[in-house]
Amino acid sequence: MSKRPAQERIRDFGEVDLGLSAEEAVAEASRCLQCKKPTCVEGCPVTIDIPQFLEQIAAGDFREAARTIKQENMLPAICGRVCPQETQCEGVCILGVKDRPISIGSLERFVADWEYDHGVELPGVAPSTGKRVAVVGSGPAGLTAAAELARAGHSVTIFESLHEAGGVLTYGIPSFRLPKDVVAREIEQVLALGVDLKLNHLVGRSVPVDELLGFDAVVLGTGAGLPYFMRIEGENLNGVYSANEYLTRVNLMHADRFPDFDTPVVRASRVAVVGAGNVAMDAARVARRLGAKVFLVYRRREEDFPARAAEIENAKEEGIEFVTCANPVRILGGPTVTGIECVRMEMCEPDRSGRPTPRPIEGSSFALDVDVVIEAIGQGPNPLLLHLIPGLAIGERGNVEVDDEGRTSLARVYAAGDVATGAATVIWAMGAAKQAAQRAARAIEKMLEES
Amino acid sequence: MYAITRATEIADKIFEFWITAPHVARHARAGQFVVLRIDEQGERIPLTISAVEDDRIRVVFMAVGKTTTQLSSLRAGDAIRDVAGPLGKPSEIERYGTCMVIGGGVGIACTPIIAQELKEAGNRVVGVIGARNESLLILEDELRAACDELVVCTDDGSRGFHGFPADILKQRLEEDAPEAVWIIGPAIMMKITSGATKPYGVKTFVSLNPIMVDGTGMCGSCRVTVGGETKFACVDGPEFDAHLVDFDELMQRQRIYTAQEKEAMERYHEHTCRCAEGEARHE
Ligand SMILES: Cc1cc2nc3c(=O)[nH]c(=O)nc-3n(C[C@H](O)[C@H](O)[C@H](O)COP(=O)(O)OP(=O)(O)OC[C@H]3O[C@@H](n4cnc5c(N)ncnc54)[C@H](O)[C@@H]3O)c2cc1C
Ligand SMILES: Cc1cc2nc3c(=O)[nH]c(=O)nc-3n(C[C@H](O)[C@H](O)[C@H](O)COP(=O)(O)OP(=O)(O)OC[C@H]3O[C@@H](n4cnc5c(N)ncnc54)[C@H](O)[C@@H]3O)c2cc1C
Ligand code: SF4
Ligand code: SF4
Ligand code: FES
Repeated sequence: MSKRPAQERIRDFGEVDLGLSAEEAVAEASRCLQCKKPTCVEGCPVTIDIPQFLEQIAAGDFREAARTIKQENMLPAICGRVCPQETQCEGVCILGVKDRPISIGSLERFVADWEYDHGVELPGVAPSTGKRVAVVGSGPAGLTAAAELARAGHSVTIFESLHEAGGVLTYGIPSFRLPKDVVAREIEQVLALGVDLKLNHLVGRSVPVDELLGFDAVVLGTGAGLPYFMRIEGENLNGVYSANEYLTRVNLMHADRFPDFDTPVVRASRVAVVGAGNVAMDAARVARRLGAKVFLVYRRREEDFPARAAEIENAKEEGIEFVTCANPVRILGGPTVTGIECVRMEMCEPDRSGRPTPRPIEGSSFALDVDVVIEAIGQGPNPLLLHLIPGLAIGERGNVEVDDEGRTSLARVYAAGDVATGAATVIWAMGAAKQAAQRAARAIEKMLEES
Repeated sequence: MYAITRATEIADKIFEFWITAPHVARHARAGQFVVLRIDEQGERIPLTISAVEDDRIRVVFMAVGKTTTQLSSLRAGDAIRDVAGPLGKPSEIERYGTCMVIGGGVGIACTPIIAQELKEAGNRVVGVIGARNESLLILEDELRAACDELVVCTDDGSRGFHGFPADILKQRLEEDAPEAVWIIGPAIMMKITSGATKPYGVKTFVSLNPIMVDGTGMCGSCRVTVGGETKFACVDGPEFDAHLVDFDELMQRQRIYTAQEKEAMERYHEHTCRCAEGEARHE
């Protein structure tokens, strides 16, 4: 798949990856060995029949390929773009052992985009059961659960607190990785199944808990939107952002187009992003597009970056400077940020995760001159609603406790996605949501039989 | 879309809007707010819910910048793209005994609903409102009806007591101290006024107004320091124990976007002037 050159793409928010042509797609899909026991499918949390859709692409039958994918995945244009395929389907493709795995993600994206251009087919919806299901949150988990339950004939309402649906897909992941029209059109398909979407509804406030529990089933998909801060000096100076805030201002509120859009964001010439996960890469690349020189500060080494390899590569190409083995201890300035003070770290014995633990080197502190600091050090479930539901079991990290099927400690209440797992991935959220929705559907069926 | 059913200018640059928003109206309590966005290009701004009637809510706001000025140009029959809420924790309404509810400037708008709920909970409620001059006093009759007693102050003495609500508060603290006090107004007014109750250890609430984006606890834009800890005003507040609040930090953070706010306002004026000229030419 070809990419736009870095010098061009840092000037706009257009998509970086250009996608495959039909010829390229057919050629790539034809490399598949059609394994008897396809390991790739085990690597996909929603178990798409990968060899089958690859065979269909190879035969030029893109319509059938789309049907195959959509049996298991309602959001293929999204997943094809943002799944960490190297640790999922592609990571276990047998071809990867000796050579290069099949580019399953790119092919999935190709098929989804092709289908959109040639007319989308909606899956069938079962006759109405008259049962009402509430889905809280419209991120990948909520959308997947809603689609699944609507197809089973239930009357589904999604409650979303923001003014747009999509969760992190809309406010978090920047459009140069995931164009917002792609997100909008896949949400559209979920709504076309008859799902009712109520925006601007914060459950727990707009919808009280007793009203919520009045539904025949409830699926919580409220995500892990609560940003963590480092708790260091200077953190509330003007110009310190959580990655969530920075990304929301730009992706959801379009601060990059201020003053055509009303929401501002501090336009800095030098920015430090703290962290090295996908969220940090996104924040850094957004800051770069807003014209800044960007430093990415991380306390371990580059080989320890938790972000996807491709995103690290992209960030590098775009001129993001990695400041590794450095730990921020203080943000300088007042009232606005003028710098960030860090200490050098040395790598010591491996910790439980097998990675060497970083330890500060005495007297090694140094400062970076920056006027904005963006913290991307992780996030947890938003406690607001969870603490209002009496009897809902909450884990140590603030997550909703669920079993393998997404059942919580309360009957008729299910949870899936980041709210149950902590910050994870789009496709894991979808996989878990599908399970939870199917479990909820079975429980409702039983209810119907008994009544 | 959320329809505006009534739009009135009740004082210089202060507007009272009634907006149909059943999901907010149904559960709104004193102390809570909405976040609204006028149109697709709009910013999300928080406004306190100042009254509720059937499926409508009232907001009272001062036209200070681009968004509030644009909002003030809307009329009954127009509609707002998004209204989210009710947000924030409701006021801590309990049976305290005697309570004082103090409003300064446009902050007066938030006081009647709090006074009403306090009264319903069995408290004796003393209202105090203050403004620069008589013409900026709002909702006086409404608050008087909700209170057992109302004291009106103006900075210039054009009406009522010549002085600040803080002066009245100090007097009462000496004579017959209230058990709980609410102070709502500009940050500087809340800082100074709440300083008066501190030596007396009287429970004092202030409603903080940092810059917000989502209003749901997702971004941290609204973070404030309370008792040495970082809190998110949109979900942990907006009301906090006044004696623990770092007001200086709040005021500093309110000024993050001063330059951009000015630019947005100038552009808006330019634009509306040009439109007005265009209209004039058509006539
Ligand atoms: C910047 C960023 C980049 C990422 N990049 C990738 C990537 O490349 N690939 C990948 O696989 N994963 C990525 N992730 C992770 C991925 O986005 C999440 O794992 C996924 O979105 C989780 O889905 P979810 O549905 O559980 O929650 P979310 O997407 O967080 O959605 C939750 C929704 O619930 C709403 N909500 C919360 N509380 C309430 C309430 N009380 N009432 C009503 N609505 C409520 C929220 O507003 C939100 O819309 C990234 C995350 C971030 C932040
Ligand atoms: C919980 C809460 C309740 C509020 N209730 C009321 C109310 O009932 N009536 C009223 O008149 N005002 C209220 N405010 C303040 C109101 O939100 C701001 O006046 C408004 O956002 C200004 O927007 P603007 O574009 O017109 O002005 P700008 O020119 O953009 O800003 C003027 C000033 O308003 C503040 N402000 C700007 N953007 C925001 C934002 N997104 N969130 C919060 N503050 C901002 C800043 O301190 C800024 O200096 C409340 C604020 C909060 C946090
Ligand atoms: S959904 Fe993700 S993991 Fe599954 S096949 Fe597609 S790209 Fe791979
Ligand atoms: S593991 Fe690779 S080669 Fe085998 S079926 Fe899956 S995609 Fe094809
Ligand atoms: S406004 Fe975003 S967390 Fe409070």
